[in-house]
Amino acid sequence: MSEVKFSKEHEWITLDGDVATIGITKHATEMLGDIVFAELPEKGSNVEKDGTAGVVESTKAASDVYTPVSGEVVDTNQSIVDDPAKINEDPEGGAWFFKLKIKDSSELDTLMNKEEYDKFAKETSS
Amino acid sequence: MEIKKTSLNKLHQSNNAKFVEFAGYEMPIQYSKGIIEEHKFTRSNSGIFDVSHMGQLFIYGDGSLTEELEKIFPLDLKNLKQNCSKYSFLMNEDAGIYDDLIITKIEEGYLIILNAACKDKDFEILSNLLGSKFKMNLDNNRSLIAIQGPKSVEILNSIINGVDQLNFMTGNWFDSNNQKLFVTRSGYTGEDGFEISIFNEEAEKFVENLIKKGAQLIGLGARDTLRLEAGLCLYGHELDINKTPIEANLRWAISKSRLSNGGFIGSKKIMNQMQDGASQIRVGIKPEGRLIAREKTKIFNDTDTPIGEITSGTFGPSVNGPIAMGYVNKEFSKVDTKILLEVRGKKHPASVCALPFYKKNYVKGVN
Repeated sequence: MSEVKFSKEHEWITLDGDVATIGITKHATEMLGDIVFAELPEKGSNVEKDGTAGVVESTKAASDVYTPVSGEVVDTNQSIVDDPAKINEDPEGGAWFFKLKIKDSSELDTLMNKEEYDKFAKETSS
Repeated sequence: MEIKKTSLNKLHQSNNAKFVEFAGYEMPIQYSKGIIEEHKFTRSNSGIFDVSHMGQLFIYGDGSLTEELEKIFPLDLKNLKQNCSKYSFLMNEDAGIYDDLIITKIEEGYLIILNAACKDKDFEILSNLLGSKFKMNLDNNRSLIAIQGPKSVEILNSIINGVDQLNFMTGNWFDSNNQKLFVTRSGYTGEDGFEISIFNEEAEKFVENLIKKGAQLIGLGARDTLRLEAGLCLYGHELDINKTPIEANLRWAISKSRLSNGGFIGSKKIMNQMQDGASQIRVGIKPEGRLIAREKTKIFNDTDTPIGEITSGTFGPSVNGPIAMGYVNKEFSKVDTKILLEVRGKKHPASVCALPFYKKNYVKGVN
């Protein structure tokens, strides 16, 4: 399993072979507040880097979820659709959103590592 | 314009409030526990709400004041007993709603609680209507604190002895700490509770005392989910200048005796709509599944004809599902009517439902 990488849209991504697992960061969940709804991309569909690949809604508002890399959706996490509160509880673990068979691993090179992301999150939230 | 702060602003800060601007005020949307926890705490225990941004308008005058106010409000104020409160509205000639409000008869006058975003305009409208005959004071020296939820009576009574004797929608002056407080048994959460009008300099100490007794600060976020579960209207969403009380399904708030004779601003339109019915009406809406339909979501019938729009929609923590209110054409306003909600370009099934979503726990009478 590769190092965790992060996007400016507050998604995290790990790579295992050519399959990436993607979710939203703890920092994102803290900004959103209590998440009460999640919508995921369809299995078998193709998503493009930085394109919309889902929706989360908190008690306050709806937010799009973007994919940091392009690929084919090979799996989705139905458990967060059934119980969206899991996203607040374990955003960077059990509450992953979807898995992609990636097209181009070089797309990951543009993403941030943990240290860079923490700095970015701190700067953009204040 | 500089953002206004209530007398509890420092206390909100020290309780880790997340702030938003609301009607020109810096107000707490939530504290560290979050909207759902705050909502549930209010339903099971006792929540404190800073509603000091709302207007507290005191109007004093002789017997002719009641007569003049009856020309404005659709209420039987002559028969309203002292210390009793009524929900009402300030309307224009077309029965469009400038504001919804609570009016309480007090010694030698009335206290009217107004929405924050509307209070200055309301004051101007009422001043023009009433002239200079009466003393009107939109009191900035007082804060307004609401305490809501089943444990509130016990907590508040331990600080202000005697409030447990108030019936729902009544109020009175109380002495506490040599201060004159006006307390009403009322609120906007669907729970038993009180609203306390208190001098600004005493407010922080008073709320700290409530917290010591077990109540917790609750933000505007939970206030919104609580009122929506209780099926209550929020000005600027369910109510505005283009909606009438009949369309808003608030006929119950108009005194029966005033419906037959009219004589208040907007009465002609109200009486016409009573006879002919309004073309659109406010209803409760239950989306299927977990879908949340927010304000401005378009509503369709099963043949894809637009029939209305959502005015408020969120997740109801106590009903554990999505809830909404909106306006639909009259013929689709019956409970259980199947409708479609367009969210993110797709139409999703929902149905018209009875209000409230959450059953009220108001205290009807204690004495």
